[in-house]
Amino acid sequence: MADTTSITAGAIPDVAQEAHGAWGFSRAQLAGLVILITILVVGPFVLYPVFLMKLLCFALFACAFNLLIGYVGLLSFGHAAYFGMGGYLAGYTAKSLGFTPELAIITGGVTAGLLGVVAGWIAIRRQGIYFAMITLALAQMVYFFCVQAPFTGGEDGIQAIPRGSLLGVVPLDRDMSMYWVVAGIFLACFLLIHRIIHSPYGMVLKSIRENEPRATSLGYRTDDYKLMAFILSATLAGVAGATKSLVFGIATLTDVHWSMSGEVVLMTLVGGLGTVFGPVVGAAVIVTMQNYLAEMGAWVTVIQGVIFVACVLAFRRGLIGELGALLKVKL
Amino acid sequence: MDDIFGIPAPLLFGQLLLGLINGAFYAMLSLGLAVIFGLLNIVNMAHGAQFMMGAFAAWMLLAWGGIGYWWALILAPIIVGITGVIMEKLFISKLYKLDHLYGLLLTFGLALIIEGVFRNEFGSSGLPYRIPPELSGAWDLGFMFMPVYRGWVVIAALILCLATWLMIEKTRLGAYLRAATENAALVQAFGVNVPRMITLTYGFGVALAAVGGVLAAPIYSVNPQMGSNLIIVVFAVVVIGGMGSILGSVLTGFALGIVEGLTKVFWPEASATVIFVIMAIVLLARPAGLFGRA
Amino acid sequence: MAIRRRALLGTAALAAPGGLPWRARAQGGQGQGAPIRIGVLTDMSGPYRDLTGPSSLAGARQAAEEFSAATGLAVEVIAGDHQNKPDVGVNIARQWFDRDGVDMIADLPNSAVALAVSQVAREKNKVVVGSGVGSTAFTGAQCSPNSVQFTYDTYMLAKGTGDALVKQGSDTWFFVTADYAFGHALQADTARFVEAAGGKVLGAARYPFPATTDFSSFLLQAQAARPKVIGFANAGADLVNCIKQAREFGLARQGLKFACLLMTVVDTLSLGLPEAQGLLMTESFYWDLNPRTRAFADRVKGKLQGRIVNASCAGNYGGTLHYLKAVQSLGPGPARASGLAVVERMKAMPCDDDAFGPGRIREDGRKLTPGYLFQVKAPGESTGPFDVHKLIATTPAESAARPLAEGGCPFVKT
Repeated sequence: MADTTSITAGAIPDVAQEAHGAWGFSRAQLAGLVILITILVVGPFVLYPVFLMKLLCFALFACAFNLLIGYVGLLSFGHAAYFGMGGYLAGYTAKSLGFTPELAIITGGVTAGLLGVVAGWIAIRRQGIYFAMITLALAQMVYFFCVQAPFTGGEDGIQAIPRGSLLGVVPLDRDMSMYWVVAGIFLACFLLIHRIIHSPYGMVLKSIRENEPRATSLGYRTDDYKLMAFILSATLAGVAGATKSLVFGIATLTDVHWSMSGEVVLMTLVGGLGTVFGPVVGAAVIVTMQNYLAEMGAWVTVIQGVIFVACVLAFRRGLIGELGALLKVKL
Repeated sequence: MDDIFGIPAPLLFGQLLLGLINGAFYAMLSLGLAVIFGLLNIVNMAHGAQFMMGAFAAWMLLAWGGIGYWWALILAPIIVGITGVIMEKLFISKLYKLDHLYGLLLTFGLALIIEGVFRNEFGSSGLPYRIPPELSGAWDLGFMFMPVYRGWVVIAALILCLATWLMIEKTRLGAYLRAATENAALVQAFGVNVPRMITLTYGFGVALAAVGGVLAAPIYSVNPQMGSNLIIVVFAVVVIGGMGSILGSVLTGFALGIVEGLTKVFWPEASATVIFVIMAIVLLARPAGLFGRA
Repeated sequence: MAIRRRALLGTAALAAPGGLPWRARAQGGQGQGAPIRIGVLTDMSGPYRDLTGPSSLAGARQAAEEFSAATGLAVEVIAGDHQNKPDVGVNIARQWFDRDGVDMIADLPNSAVALAVSQVAREKNKVVVGSGVGSTAFTGAQCSPNSVQFTYDTYMLAKGTGDALVKQGSDTWFFVTADYAFGHALQADTARFVEAAGGKVLGAARYPFPATTDFSSFLLQAQAARPKVIGFANAGADLVNCIKQAREFGLARQGLKFACLLMTVVDTLSLGLPEAQGLLMTESFYWDLNPRTRAFADRVKGKLQGRIVNASCAGNYGGTLHYLKAVQSLGPGPARASGLAVVERMKAMPCDDDAFGPGRIREDGRKLTPGYLFQVKAPGESTGPFDVHKLIATTPAESAARPLAEGGCPFVKT
């Protein structure tokens, strides 16, 4: 396993037969899922709900990103564009057009998805590092657009976005009611991603990751599969961004900036590329760290950089990947 | 011929010339990236940070050692190149057997560290660095005032690019380099110390970025972020040119500088995005880039 | 666990220089009950660090120490780095208010963070004294009865520079503008004052933000229009690049004046006097204005570790001091209970401090303060490393601020 050339060296390839339980979860993964749901339920009573919501939004963002890198082997360095655009559109529609929260989030997701259609169509023509550089460049274009477009409010961002009422009925102003909505969105998307990966479609994606020419020779139009995965990933990133903008009531340039693209790569890398729970754990680690680093001042970027380097050199499997290897299960 | 497409000719020529100067920076940076990529197969995300280090090295030499611009032009690249060699030895060399994407992630992390440390040490508002007296002043070209320093930047960039190209294409060392790119094991078998060559190549690519930084120091704000915005544009330049050829990346760099300069005249608001738009078009028409091999 | 107060509240005593300066604590006399807690939420790691960050913190700490020593009120100053991320800023603000007993948040450079935190403070009925906020929206359309804008806003900068320069005969202008909301606003405001004072705007070159490092083509467009003044509607590194390149192309030698619409003394130091000499800018504070500002600068400079005493330091000093006076006058108990009441008291009481002199806070939360037009000294005129500006003109406090009716602040009845 050690010297494989795949970026997802940390993940144990599971194209071969596996004992799948419900929804494609193995027994160990089911255990992990139970732990995750328990934390979701108990969490807000122990920890600060707004902090948890932020964490869940980033966890979803990282899961969406992981869909692309972990299962198709494509490293996007411009995912902030979809995350941020989702946030802007949700914020704009909720504030200026009076959309209900679920409609605003759907709008954010769909917009990000459409953006993904265009960007993906261009970017999937190249692989590997070219793909990374192209997605980065396209995301930079989106950033420039957001700086200039009047509806984003420039560097002030969109402020005071109302959370509104779910379906126009349930008000979400209280943090706890918002929390359950966010937790629901997160869990639904998390399960959706898992379901996709374990569908026949997901199997083809993994075969592309392992050996694209062979997948092509088997008669799969690999470009279509990759594009579909890209759009899905962008849409879910948009949903994450949209949810986050409603939680905090703000949508700003921070979320479209390239450093956000770097952050989501870091989250996924820390948790474990291509693992099911890795992105969630990675997001938790990085978001928690950012909170702690609020008192570390200027060392924030340095510490993030050190973690990047350490992960690449010594922990390529990430926290969950290492744990899985230790327990000899796939998490 | 006072007007060309409604733009006064002097203004147009002036902008073309300025575009060429910007192109010189693009060319130098994309050249360094291409050299590193050619042999190491690594996209050096730290390139922007190393460009910045070059500018800071020039400032430090002046402020702490009283060493002026001309010596800085030689010393700063050497110093920054040595840090590159150390980085390669310590970190990058561990990754050659892995997916290239790990190299990208690693250098990205290194870039974050470098920029963070510099921001801690020197703040973010920038440091003063003046044009050397020999190069200050301007020529009256009739249609515009051309600062002497800008002319020097173009000449220096051209010389540097040409020298690099000659070294790689025409010398024995260059032949080893190119051979090692094709088949490192075979070259090693002929008794060439390939790992050392790789290390030195990385150092050389980094030094090229540092030269760019020294050249930029007198005219751009010397601050820790100065490289990070530039580098994304340079990535687009590299994608357009294709990483196959050294000459290709240099030509693309200059050409895109000129295109950007023209856009500043006809549609200034779009001059930031024009390079990215060209990138998208080129990818649709020629996925391997203009000079790349598929 | 991230949100335990241990993370954000140091138990450290007065931080020694070189230690963790943002974990400072100023405590004097016998405080009754818990101390008043002030959180300086600022940029310790990003582009505004040199301008605000440690300087702002020093100002707030100075005010807390002086006030504690004089009255015995226990005051604690803590600091956080919002990393220029509004969600991080909001998170810190919520935790400070909800769990750490912070009563007032100060500074807030970065308008996106400032506006978001102001929203939180309003919701929790706490106080925001935005000494680092420059956006006019802060006391305009997005104003809050719980917020005060202390040091400056972009309107004051535009007026102080545009108006005063035209009156001195520099009446034809060309703008080089960063192409986004901030740049547009700065240009539009300044253009209005230039025209109102009888000047003429010949044109503007808008450059893409933040992707531009080479400004020469925009400078040449400006030069071709033959104005008397080039107005730079941008800030930070962009401004520095513009100035450096304008010098390189010899624009100043042709008698052109450069009006920098958002420039601070920190930018002057960053450029160095040889490059910066002759530049014109408006600020509301300079350490060498009068005996009181010099006295303030002397007192606070020990906390600045060699940095210049700038407007952020002064603004946080003045803002914090005035806040504490209002708290004292209300009594700490009621003050802690209602941020709204404190801000109303702040507006009712006249301000007076060494950094800004006498003044008052208007209904919309804007502290009225004069705008000073400064010119950067030539290297020969300067007698010390921080002796860099000279006063050219003063816009009186009442006319430096945007008229109340134009702001569109919803809770102000006009």
